[in-house]
Amino acid sequence: MSLNYDQAIEKYEPTLGLEVHVELNTKSKMFCGCATEFGAKPNTQTCPVCLGLPGALPVVNKKAIESTILIGLALNCSIAPYSRFARKNYFYPDMPKNFQTSQYDEPICTNGYLDVEIETDEGSKSFKIEIERVHMEEDTGKSLHVGGNTGRIHGADYSLLDYNRAGIPLVEIVTKIIPKTGKYAPQVARAYVAALRDILRGLQVSDVKMEQGSLRCDVNLSLSRVGSGKLGTRSETKNVNSLRSVERAVTGEIIRQSDRLEQGERIIQETRHFLEESGQTRPGRSKEQAEDYRYFPEPDLVPVVPDSKWIEELKKTLPEKPADRRKRLQSAWSVPDKEMAAMVNAELLDTVEQTVLLGADATKARSWWLGEISRIANDRNVFPTDLISVKDVAEIIALIAKGELTDKLARQVLEGVISGEGSPVDVITKRGLKVVSDDSQLMKAIEDAIAASPDTAERVRGGNIPAAGALIGAVMKATGGQADAAKVRELLLKHLGQ
Amino acid sequence: MSVRNSASQMAAALANKEISSVELTNQHYEQIQAVDKDVNAFLYLDKEGAIAQATEIDKKRSAGEKLAPLAGVPLALKDVLTQKGVPTTCGSKILQGWRPPYDSTVVSKLKSAGVIILGKTNMDEFAMGSSTENSAYGPTHNPWDLSRIPGGSGGGSSAALASFEAPLAIGTDTGGSIRQPAAVTGTVGVKPTYGGVSRYGLVAFSSSLDQAGPCARTVLDTALLHQVIAGFDPKDSTSINQAVPDVVAAAKKQDVKGMKIGIVKQLSGNGYQKGVENKFNEAVSELVKLGAEIVEVSCPNFEYALAAYYLIAPSECSSNLARFDSIRFGLRVGDDGTKGAEEVMNLTRQAGFGREVKRRIILGTYALSSGYYDAYYGSAQKVRTLIKQDFESAFEKCDVLVSPTAPTTAFKIGEKANDPLAMYLNDIATIPVNMAGIGGMSLPCGLAEEDNLPVGFQIMSPAMKDDRMYLVGGALEAALLSKWGKPILDFAPKLAGSK
Repeated sequence: MSLNYDQAIEKYEPTLGLEVHVELNTKSKMFCGCATEFGAKPNTQTCPVCLGLPGALPVVNKKAIESTILIGLALNCSIAPYSRFARKNYFYPDMPKNFQTSQYDEPICTNGYLDVEIETDEGSKSFKIEIERVHMEEDTGKSLHVGGNTGRIHGADYSLLDYNRAGIPLVEIVTKIIPKTGKYAPQVARAYVAALRDILRGLQVSDVKMEQGSLRCDVNLSLSRVGSGKLGTRSETKNVNSLRSVERAVTGEIIRQSDRLEQGERIIQETRHFLEESGQTRPGRSKEQAEDYRYFPEPDLVPVVPDSKWIEELKKTLPEKPADRRKRLQSAWSVPDKEMAAMVNAELLDTVEQTVLLGADATKARSWWLGEISRIANDRNVFPTDLISVKDVAEIIALIAKGELTDKLARQVLEGVISGEGSPVDVITKRGLKVVSDDSQLMKAIEDAIAASPDTAERVRGGNIPAAGALIGAVMKATGGQADAAKVRELLLKHLGQ
Repeated sequence: MSVRNSASQMAAALANKEISSVELTNQHYEQIQAVDKDVNAFLYLDKEGAIAQATEIDKKRSAGEKLAPLAGVPLALKDVLTQKGVPTTCGSKILQGWRPPYDSTVVSKLKSAGVIILGKTNMDEFAMGSSTENSAYGPTHNPWDLSRIPGGSGGGSSAALASFEAPLAIGTDTGGSIRQPAAVTGTVGVKPTYGGVSRYGLVAFSSSLDQAGPCARTVLDTALLHQVIAGFDPKDSTSINQAVPDVVAAAKKQDVKGMKIGIVKQLSGNGYQKGVENKFNEAVSELVKLGAEIVEVSCPNFEYALAAYYLIAPSECSSNLARFDSIRFGLRVGDDGTKGAEEVMNLTRQAGFGREVKRRIILGTYALSSGYYDAYYGSAQKVRTLIKQDFESAFEKCDVLVSPTAPTTAFKIGEKANDPLAMYLNDIATIPVNMAGIGGMSLPCGLAEEDNLPVGFQIMSPAMKDDRMYLVGGALEAALLSKWGKPILDFAPKLAGSK
C-alpha cells in the first residue's frame, strides 16, 4: 500500500545531504586563459590545455581561488593553509583528459555552516545547515547525443562534443548530513539552496542561474524508520535545476522510498535523474559498487597555500550577509513578515531597495513592484525588471508624491513606459495626462454632479459623509480621471458644508 | 668544418662566416641520409622547416644582427616534445598522424635562439624503456655496435649524436632516459633539476619525474644548450622561478681543487659490470689528481628507489595516458558506425599502445585503486621522501655525488626484451636522482675492457646547483681527453658511408 506524504513522514524520518555545484563567473577558465562566456559557438573557447592535448599543462586561475575562499568565508568555513588538487580518474568522451582536476582529501574550505529560515504554519523555524567542505574543480565539456529517442548516449546515431565548458571553474559545496528536518525536509532543502544562491549572488562570484546550469544541486536523501536511529540507504538525485524542483525532488524521493520500504524492498544506492514534468525521479547509475576514481594528488600543480594576510583582506571585503540585510531592510521599511517573505520569494528585494535608494517611499516601491508591475510581468512571462527600469518606477512614484499624477494616471504612465513610449515624463506629455488641479474647473464639475444627484447631496449635507463617494466618483468620471480624488473630496465636502 | 666537430666549434665557424647555417644543416642531412638506414635514430625529418629556419638565420647574420651563441647549429629533438605542425608520435602508434597545433616551451626557446631543428628522434613508446626497443617504429641501433641498444628511452637522440647526425639533441629523463643512453653511446646528457626546464609541451609519462634536458658530445656543448632551454615558464606550475645557474661558465672553468666529491656506496658492487666499475674508479682517480677530495657516503634508502619508482611512474602514467582515447586526436580504430564511443576507445587503446605501455598502465591503475593506494602509492611516496633525505644528508658532506650511470655497457638488442625486471635494473643508478628532483649528468669515462664499449660517469648535484655538475664534468672531460689523446667517439668503428 502506498503512503501519501503525511503518512510517509509519520513513519519515516528523512535525512538530507545537498551538493551544490556553482560555476564561477571568472573571465577565464580554471586552468587556462580561455574565455568562459555562456552560449558561444561550440569549440571556439578552447586551447591545448582545456582540450587535454598531449603535453599541455594546467595553471591555476588565481581569481577562482579568491572566489572560492570568499565563498568559504561567507559560509563560516576554515580556510586551509595548505590544500591540493587531485585527479579524479574516469573515462568519458566529453572529459578531455579522462580525469577531472578536482580536490579530494585536502579541500580548500572545511567545516562551515549556513542558517536558513522557513515559514511554517507554526511560524518561522530556523535550521543550522552544516557545511562539510567547499572545493574547487573544473567543469566537463558537453555532449549532444543526436538520434535515438532518449537523448542519451545509448541508442544515439552520433554525438557532438562542445568543449567550451570544459575547464570552467566549478565550486562544489557539500553539506554534512542534515538530520531531523522531519516534514519540513523539502522546504529546508529549498531554503538552503535559496540562501546559498543569495550569498553567492551577494559575493558576485557566480551568475547563479539555475536554468543555465551555473548553479546545480544534487539531492541526497535517505529514510529511516522514526525512532530507529539508523540511517537508511541514500539515493542521489542529480542536477536539479530550480528551487521548486529541489523541493519537489525531496518530496518525490520521500514518497518513492517510503513506497519501496512499505513493499518490503530495499533502497538501491544509485544516482537518479529528476523529471521536471512529473516531479519524480528515474534511476541512473548504480552506486552499489562504489566507483573507484583512483584519486591521487595532481602532480602538474603545486599546492594552494594562501597567504593569511590575503585571507584577512578578503574577509574585510565580504558583503553584509543576506539574512542580516533582510532584517535590516525589514525594520527600516517596517514591513510585516509575510510581505517581506513575498518580496524575497519574488526576488524583488534588490529592485525595491534600489528604488528606495532613488528616493521612493518603501511601501509605495514595494506595492508597485509586487503589484501592478509583477501582474503585467506574470501575464507576459517575463521578470518585472525586464519591463521597466528602477529609475522609471522611482520617477513615477515621485510624480505621485508631488501630486502630479494620481494612482490611476500613474498606471497609464506605467503602461506607456512599458510599451516603449519613452520616459514617464514623455508619456505624460504625449498622452496629455495631467492632474486637473485648477479649482474653478473642479468646482464646475462638482456643481454639475450635485445638480445631477440632488438627493445624494442632501444626504451629505445631513451628515452622511460616506454618501459623498458617489458624487466624487461622478466628478472623477467627468474629469476623465485626471483630477486628484483627495482634492475633489476636500472641495466637495466644503461646498456641502461639511 | 665537419659533422664531427663540436657544436661550439660549429657555432664559432658560423659566427666567423666560414660556413653558412644552410650548408651546415645540409651536411647533417647528408650524414643522416648516409647512416640513418642503419641507425634509425630519426622518426621524422623536417628538412623544409629546418632549411627555412637556417636560411632565416643566415640572412640575419649577413645583415649583422646579433644572434644567440648557438644560432644556426642543428639539433635533433626527441619525439616526445611538441613542435607546431610537425608530427609528434612519442614512439607510439596511438599518436600516428597527429600534428600538434602548438610549440612546447623547449621548442619555442630553441627557435628563438636560432637552433635548427632537423627532425624528431626515436624513443621507447611514451619514454617507457631503457633500450628504444619499445618504439612502435622499430629499434634504434647503437652506432658503436649496430647489434646493440643505444639506451632508452632517448636512444634516438643519443644515437644521433654518436653517429654525427646532429651535434646537439634534446632528451627527456624520467628515470634515466637522458643519462643511460648518453652512457652507452659515449655522449653527454644532463637531467636538469626538476622544474629547471619547462615541461609545457612535453608529453607526460610521469609528471612528477619527467624533465627535459640537453644532450651533446661535449660538456660545454651540453651547457650551451642547457642555457637555451632552461628557465622559469609561467605555463608550467612546477617550473622554478629562479635564475638559471651559470652552467656555461662552470663548464669552462675546469677547476675542482678542494671540491668534495661523494661516492655513493649503494651505487656499486653487485650487478655492476667489472669494466664499468674499473672505468668509474679510474675517472675518480683523475678527479683526485685534479685536487678533489673523495668522501664515501651512504644512502641506505636507495635500495627501495627502483621499487618505489615502479609504483609512482606507472601510477602517474595510468592517468596521463588516459587522454589517448581517439576522441580528439591521433589514432581511431573500429569507428565503423556500429560501435559506441566506449568500444572505439577500447579498440583504439588496444591497438595503439604497445606491451610495455599497457603493462605500466595496468600496474599504475592497480596501485592507485582504492584499498591498495596506501600500501602502494602511499608507501612509494614515503620512500621518495626518504630518498630526498638521503641526498640532503649526503650533500651536507660533499658538493656533488658520483656513480656509474648504468650498471652495464650497451647490451644486445633483444637480450632483455622479454625480461622487464632485468631491463628495469638498468636504471638503478639514475632513478634516485629523479625521485629527489635533483640534477644528474652522464659523461663518458672510458671503454670497458670486456667489450670496448663506452662507460658512463654520473655526477649528481643538489637542486638548482646544476652548475656543479658542469664544473666537475668539464674538468673530468678535459683530463680524460688529454689521457686518451682524442675524443671517445673517435674510438668507435666508422659507420658505412659516414663522414
